[in-house]
Amino acid sequence: MNAIVLDKVNKWYGTMHVLRDISLTVATGEKVVVCGPSGSGKSTMIRCINRLETHQEGSIVVDGTELTDDLRSLDTIRREVGMVFQSFNLFPHLTILENCTLAPIWVRKMPKAEAEALAMSYLERVKIPEQAKKYPGQLSGGQQQRVAIARALCMRPKIMLFDEPTSALDPEMIKEVLDTMIGLAQSGMTMVCVTHEMGFARQVADRVVFMDRGEIVESGPPSTLFEAPKTDRLKLFLSQILRGD
Amino acid sequence: MSATAADPRVTAARKAPKRRMRVSWSDPRFRALVWQFIILGIVGGIVWYLVFNTNKNLAARHIATGFAFLHRVAGIPIGESMISYEPSVDTYGRALWIGVLNTLKVAGIGMVLATILGTLIGIGRLSGNWLMAKLTGFYVEVMRDIPLLLQLLFWYTALQGLPAPRQAWRVAELMDGATFHLFHETFANWQFGSGMLLSNRGSRIPILNWEPADNWILAAFVVGAIGTFLWNGHANRRQEATGIRPKVWPVAFGLLLVLPLAVWAGFGAPLNFEIPTLRGFNFQGGGTISPEYFALLLGLVLYTAGYIAEIVRSGIQAVAQGQWEAAGALGLRRGAILRHIVLPQALRVVIPPMTSQYLNLTKNSSLAVAIGYQDVVSIANTTLNQTGQAVEGIAVIMAVFLTISLSISLFMNWYNAHIALVGR
Repeated sequence: MNAIVLDKVNKWYGTMHVLRDISLTVATGEKVVVCGPSGSGKSTMIRCINRLETHQEGSIVVDGTELTDDLRSLDTIRREVGMVFQSFNLFPHLTILENCTLAPIWVRKMPKAEAEALAMSYLERVKIPEQAKKYPGQLSGGQQQRVAIARALCMRPKIMLFDEPTSALDPEMIKEVLDTMIGLAQSGMTMVCVTHEMGFARQVADRVVFMDRGEIVESGPPSTLFEAPKTDRLKLFLSQILRGD
Repeated sequence: MSATAADPRVTAARKAPKRRMRVSWSDPRFRALVWQFIILGIVGGIVWYLVFNTNKNLAARHIATGFAFLHRVAGIPIGESMISYEPSVDTYGRALWIGVLNTLKVAGIGMVLATILGTLIGIGRLSGNWLMAKLTGFYVEVMRDIPLLLQLLFWYTALQGLPAPRQAWRVAELMDGATFHLFHETFANWQFGSGMLLSNRGSRIPILNWEPADNWILAAFVVGAIGTFLWNGHANRRQEATGIRPKVWPVAFGLLLVLPLAVWAGFGAPLNFEIPTLRGFNFQGGGTISPEYFALLLGLVLYTAGYIAEIVRSGIQAVAQGQWEAAGALGLRRGAILRHIVLPQALRVVIPPMTSQYLNLTKNSSLAVAIGYQDVVSIANTTLNQTGQAVEGIAVIMAVFLTISLSISLFMNWYNAHIALVGR
């Protein structure tokens, strides 16, 4: 079964046409990396998948449920789709452990002890169980982003969305977050990642999607896309992004 | 992280060296010290001059200082008081104490009402409903743009515009036919509606005659409150253990409302109000809200609520949009996000400016002088006019407001520290 199906999705901000006929199918277990210049609509697209943004035309089906105004379909989808943000968005007034147990307790109706055991197992997986009693403000950026990944995983989602997860990090912290994501990819999770980390894309992605000005311009396996770009737009983008790589 | 001193790769840590102050104008610490001495000298000099000058003037006018006057008979007529008072018998001390209580009565109730109204209006301004957002926005602008004194005079004048007691408005008569009919059917036996009277001598309200049955009703309510509290604790434990949270509101509804009502019905539904009635030119019986108190309370609450609304709005908006998104992406619904994520964070932003508003409201209550409500300032003014003890009178006012303000500040600072964010 397909995890995510976008069919001719269109979106406007006022008169600005930010998504143009986006059609994209992500199979269960597939890892898709979305790249493109800033303002190309990649974040908007990924945010449409769990309806942080609403699309105005076309259809989005996630895990067999179509995204509509219906609150029940929204509840269903948000339980199954985890998201990691560029700016972490941890809850600063809750401890790391409470950040992770909040949704399992209040959304999944899990007993507290069970939720805490689950959270600790994921905190171990992202290699920071010793920080459980601390507050987000006491952690480094890389640690915070790994907590954010653990927090999303605690809901046991079927699909994980990453919206530029390493863009706000210092260079020495990018690797620890990417390693966590690579581990997650190897466990078979369905993933859609907006990122400029081409090394990560090469290593993990089944498919890379290149977006520009609200359209999907090219897509294919990372090797073909990076070695033999067909369009001028992708060539230009790659020449800019790979300059320092 | 935990590098020990024995680790050969790590340079041994040592203490930061102490820096000694040079006696030189180019040393910032010496410079700071000199400035502090100079300022201390100036302040001390001003205080000394004020005390010396006051003493000299008092001596020249043969005014005895001291607080002995507090024990003398006051003879000040006081319109409303929470404790018994007889002008020809009671002392200035008791009169001033009544003033303090009157100040606390308007400030305390004012703070509670302004907080509730301000919070509702603040949330209303963030509403997606166009009319709601515009109306609350209009309210905030009007209240903030008109001086408080003017508002107080407006409300006082408006209340003076009510008819004299003989022609007092009965609340029931202000309603349209259908509502009145319903109201009358419901309350006819108790003469409730016809007992609420609005006039320029104040609003007269029926008060309950306390009967033995009422003790039992009160007891039932207290039992219900304790039961609700215990049930809430039980719900928390159940949720921890099983994940499913038992519903709290049906139990709260049953224990807090249905149980006392059942007890009331069990006693044969007694309800004995003391209804105000017109005798001669004024009313007898029932409770009174004086127009002065009502105008002051109304003015303070409506004015301060405008500011509190803005504080609440900015507090909620200060919580980053990303917090809503992250919680929403985890599957939490709007109500749960507000309760678990947004409000706890907004509260921290809101507390310090809220403290300022509570202090403002308390101090603004001294504008009572303008409309003849006898708060502590008003009574202290009369006292110092009658006794000539101006310094002491002003000292009393200052001491009272300082005590109230410091109490509010201390409590709010404690609360703020209690909920402060860790880190960052």
